Amino acid sequence: MSFEPKIIGFLCNWCSYTGADLAGTARMKYPANLMSIRVMCSGRVDPGFVLDAFRRGADGVLVCGCHPGDCHYVDGNHKCMRRMPLTRRIMKGMGIDPARLRLEWVSASEGARFREIVSEFTEQLRRMGPLELKEIEFDPALEGAHHA
Amino acid sequence: MPKPKLAIYWAASCGGCDIAILDIETKILDVAAFFDVIFWPCAMDFKYDDVRAMPDKSITLTLFNGSIRSSENYEIAQLLRAKSVVLCAFGSCAAEGGIPGLANFHSKEAICEYVYKQSPSLEPGNGTMPQPEVRAPEGLVRIPVLWNTVRSLDQVVDVDYVIPGCPPQSDQIAAVVAAVIDILSNGKPLPPKGTVLGATEKTCCDECKRTRNVKKIKGFIRPFEHLTDPNVCLLEQGIVCMGPATRAGCGAKCVSAGVPCRGCYGAPTNVRDQGAKMASALASVIDSTDPEEIERILDSIPDPLGTFYRFSLAESTLRRTQV
Amino acid sequence: MAKVNIKIDGHPIEVEKGSFILEAAKALGISIPTLCYYPHMTPYAACRICAVEIRDGKGWSKIVTACNYPVWDGMEVLTTTPRVLNARRVNLEMLMSQCAPVPVLQELAREFGIDKPRWGTGEDTCILCGLCVRICDEVVGAHALAFSDRGIHRRVATPFDDTSSDCILCGACASVCPTGHITMEDIDQRTVIHRDLTLGPNAAISLPFRQAVPNVPRIDPQRCIHFTTGGCGICSQVCPKECIHYDDVDTFEEIEAGAVIVATGFDNFDPTPLKQYGYGRYANVITAEEFERMNNAAGPTGGHVVLENGQEPRSIAIIHCVGSRDENHHSYCSRVCCMYALKFAHLVKEKTNAEVYQLYIDLRSFGKGYEEFYQRILDEGVNVIRGRGAEVIPSGNRRKDEGPLLVQCEDTLIGRFREIPVDMVILCTALEARRDAKETGRKFNISVGADGWFIEAHPKLAPVSTSTDGIFLAGTCQGAKDIPDTVAQGGAAAAQAMKLLCLGEVLLDAAYAEIDETYCSGCRLCNDLCAYSALEFDEAKKVSRINPALCKACGTCVAACPAGAITGRHFTDDQIYAQIEGMLT
Ligand SMILES: Cc1cc2nc3c(=O)[nH]c(=O)nc-3n(C[C@H](O)[C@H](O)[C@H](O)COP(=O)(O)OP(=O)(O)OC[C@H]3O[C@@H](n4cnc5c(N)ncnc54)[C@H](O)[C@@H]3O)c2cc1C
Ligand code: SF4
Ligand code: SF4
Ligand code: SF4
Ligand code: FES
Ligand code: FES
Repeated sequence: MSFEPKIIGFLCNWCSYTGADLAGTARMKYPANLMSIRVMCSGRVDPGFVLDAFRRGADGVLVCGCHPGDCHYVDGNHKCMRRMPLTRRIMKGMGIDPARLRLEWVSASEGARFREIVSEFTEQLRRMGPLELKEIEFDPALEGAHHA
Repeated sequence: MPKPKLAIYWAASCGGCDIAILDIETKILDVAAFFDVIFWPCAMDFKYDDVRAMPDKSITLTLFNGSIRSSENYEIAQLLRAKSVVLCAFGSCAAEGGIPGLANFHSKEAICEYVYKQSPSLEPGNGTMPQPEVRAPEGLVRIPVLWNTVRSLDQVVDVDYVIPGCPPQSDQIAAVVAAVIDILSNGKPLPPKGTVLGATEKTCCDECKRTRNVKKIKGFIRPFEHLTDPNVCLLEQGIVCMGPATRAGCGAKCVSAGVPCRGCYGAPTNVRDQGAKMASALASVIDSTDPEEIERILDSIPDPLGTFYRFSLAESTLRRTQV
Repeated sequence: MAKVNIKIDGHPIEVEKGSFILEAAKALGISIPTLCYYPHMTPYAACRICAVEIRDGKGWSKIVTACNYPVWDGMEVLTTTPRVLNARRVNLEMLMSQCAPVPVLQELAREFGIDKPRWGTGEDTCILCGLCVRICDEVVGAHALAFSDRGIHRRVATPFDDTSSDCILCGACASVCPTGHITMEDIDQRTVIHRDLTLGPNAAISLPFRQAVPNVPRIDPQRCIHFTTGGCGICSQVCPKECIHYDDVDTFEEIEAGAVIVATGFDNFDPTPLKQYGYGRYANVITAEEFERMNNAAGPTGGHVVLENGQEPRSIAIIHCVGSRDENHHSYCSRVCCMYALKFAHLVKEKTNAEVYQLYIDLRSFGKGYEEFYQRILDEGVNVIRGRGAEVIPSGNRRKDEGPLLVQCEDTLIGRFREIPVDMVILCTALEARRDAKETGRKFNISVGADGWFIEAHPKLAPVSTSTDGIFLAGTCQGAKDIPDTVAQGGAAAAQAMKLLCLGEVLLDAAYAEIDETYCSGCRLCNDLCAYSALEFDEAKKVSRINPALCKACGTCVAACPAGAITGRHFTDDQIYAQIEGMLT
């Protein structure tokens, strides 16, 4: 069986979550790999959430907000737009390919675009393979072993 | 009535914590008078076997400093856990990995390769690597095994309390000691398990005397690049100060001396990942909405990972770099 | 002040001692001709046309000038005796010997039946009344004019006959000059008709425009003489209600309101950057707003459609979608232009004999009765061309006599490139968000969309609400629309506001952010993050606070607070981390 990546999505309530809804009500099919968490605004997304998702086994994280200028809360997405690049730097430093974190702007009317993004990201993660984090949980038996 | 027993141990540490304990000056005499110090490798000559011989829970309080980096650190952590009523992670290294935790950015092999084969201070031609077991004429010599990952104390054994700091400030140690003596001699209840002692619930900014305003940052600098205003928040001057994301208790000593907070008191109560949180806060106040400019501004953060996770890497969400 | 009793033509009147006969006569409604008198200046008695006869009742009598002769108790004034009329006639004839062509003198001459002045007729136009000199001195305070020379050489002049640097260009001298001897001249030889097609009059004290609310005049200190020289003050002297206070300053009034309806409207797109249409370069290329102004019966052209030289245009092109439906400017449709352009065509047809050409991309006559109006325009013989106006160029010598401007376009219905010679071009400029919309939005916590219009809470279900409770939108500030739609939205907004006011209390959403002071260190990182100004800093306690009535629960500050002091209710860290955990295990 081919590898099915797990993706955690943080979708802002007003644009992206509604966009995802639209994709649903319009009977558009997108990969079930995405599990969405609704936040009121992409400005609520804490880099800690992203790192936590990876630690708990996500292969990719998708953060979606309203297009710049269209944020329901004026400029929450601008904060997100600044946090995500820094989060990518942290990921890189931790040895996780930054491409596993995606930030996309999806408006309430862009159901089709949402489907595109999810399909495309899923496909990309399939190609990248699973993210396996080692040596996070403590296991005394493995600590002394040599790395390959 | 026999005196309560006190143990002080150093695992992977620099020794600064032990010095900090001695730094409480004359109050050390109260400690000596109140406690029976039964184990303190840095200051007195004890053998591990002495501890092994004690009954379980016979040590009233153990102050454990240093992170867990080797099989020996782990063994003694387990030993002291079994023998102590109260085990306290003392100092940043025990609490969250501390400076030794930065080793988690590299693999053990890469570190050994550098230290034993490439370091310019090596005797030329000597490529000896430490071996856990060596057969010598005297017999089999075993040395502890270096671990792949630096761990905080609570990742390997159950910890009752935490006293943060690199090192914990002496006045805070003195206060904790006084409180412990008070609790033990007056039969008062212990604080709930997991309590952070010798620190407050706020962050370093609370103790910092610099004036603060709203923040809008156009670029980051290192402290030496600019003559900083001694009265204004360092962050507002573009210097990455970990103060906002660091538990208070140190008295904001570094910032008073013009050095940005390094974050040694660790994450505040409600923060899970000190580095990620600082990154979130810092990125939020960057003064730009242009993706390219944002990248440029982020590029100016000196050593972001080393800065955000200077003390907390081993205890952070991802704990180490994947190698 | 002491009072004295006098009689004028037999009518008794009590007046102030020391006041002048003319004032008393005015009060009685008795007319005395004047030429050099002006109520707000010291009388000067230069023209002597106001001659009256006074008597003391004991047989003594005398001819005096009414404008500057002070009354005394018991004085009898006669204004129509043959002696008076003769004196006035003589004075008039002497004036005419200098300045016969002056209309005011001509008129008086007709009144007095003077056909041929006895001492001949002079060609000058200055009667040396001195009004100009006095108004500049006494009222304006600029002292730019004076009499120079003497006797028959006496004249009004600026010092050394040079252009005066003291003159503030107020035009007061020209406006009081009874003969038209003084005129204001534009030394750059500009004509002003089209340039004046801006909204609102230009006088120093004026109503901003006819329908202004509140409908009271205001003074433009840049234009007002009083503010320039400290002089004048005439408006305050003439205002019977004493409403004019020069020392008034702007004040800020705080009004407590339970709801706010924002109806700040739109701005007109400035077509100057669209160089192809030549706005600003060719005088007869005007914007729709300027055309509306020209159509206004109370406007600068009196409602006549005229070219800059004052002549009626022979042909007019109306170019649609200027700045609208244009990737480089506004991609949206401004919605009102098609219909007002048709209205313009109709008005032009009604008022002139001009040919009208409409150049459109798509004609959007979507409203009630609109399509019918379009049919009517077609019947009126308006040329309607489907094709975006490409360029307006001067006709050069080729087709100059047909029209000095050539409008080029591709007529997409016949598939041909066309050049239409016209006299005038009207640009239907886009409606765009007001330039201060962002600022206003910030003040009222209204989100501003990428195109600059305010964003409603929901496009279908809450079209007049905003993301801030109690703040409503009406009209074009929310997006381009016409008057019927604006009025409808205004009504809806008013109803929504009333609903709130009737309730008397506001229900807050349960989701909002809170700061726990135990953890807040007052780092102030969050302070500038809130788009709703819900975050404030308590200087005394050195902690930040959130006003739950303002917070909209976006959670931006929650994610940012490095101390973990902020909780986003209903979207707490614990809840979100639990979701992540739940999904991944
Ligand atoms: C050339 C032209 C012709 C048109 N012809 C027609 C037509 O024939 N029929 C039709 O139905 N529609 C027509 N329209 C459209 C019509 O003008 C608009 O629909 C209408 O004016 C919108 O009304 P409003 O109240 O939203 O905005 P506005 O008319 O712009 O009014 C907004 C008001 O708010 C004031 N304001 C702005 N900011 C503030 C502030 N911060 N504080 C206090 N006050 C403020 C402004 O001064 C202004 O008075 C035409 C538009 C144009 C440009
Ligand atoms: S960020 Fe640093 S310098 Fe600024 S107030 Fe906090 S501790 Fe002080
Ligand atoms: S960011 Fe947090 S700690 Fe800093 S002032 Fe705001 S609430 Fe307080
Ligand atoms: S949650 Fe959003 S709206 Fe509420 S105080 Fe924080 S930044 Fe402002
Ligand atoms: S509400 Fe969608 S990004 Fe802010
Ligand atoms: S444990 Fe104290 S210095 Fe690190």
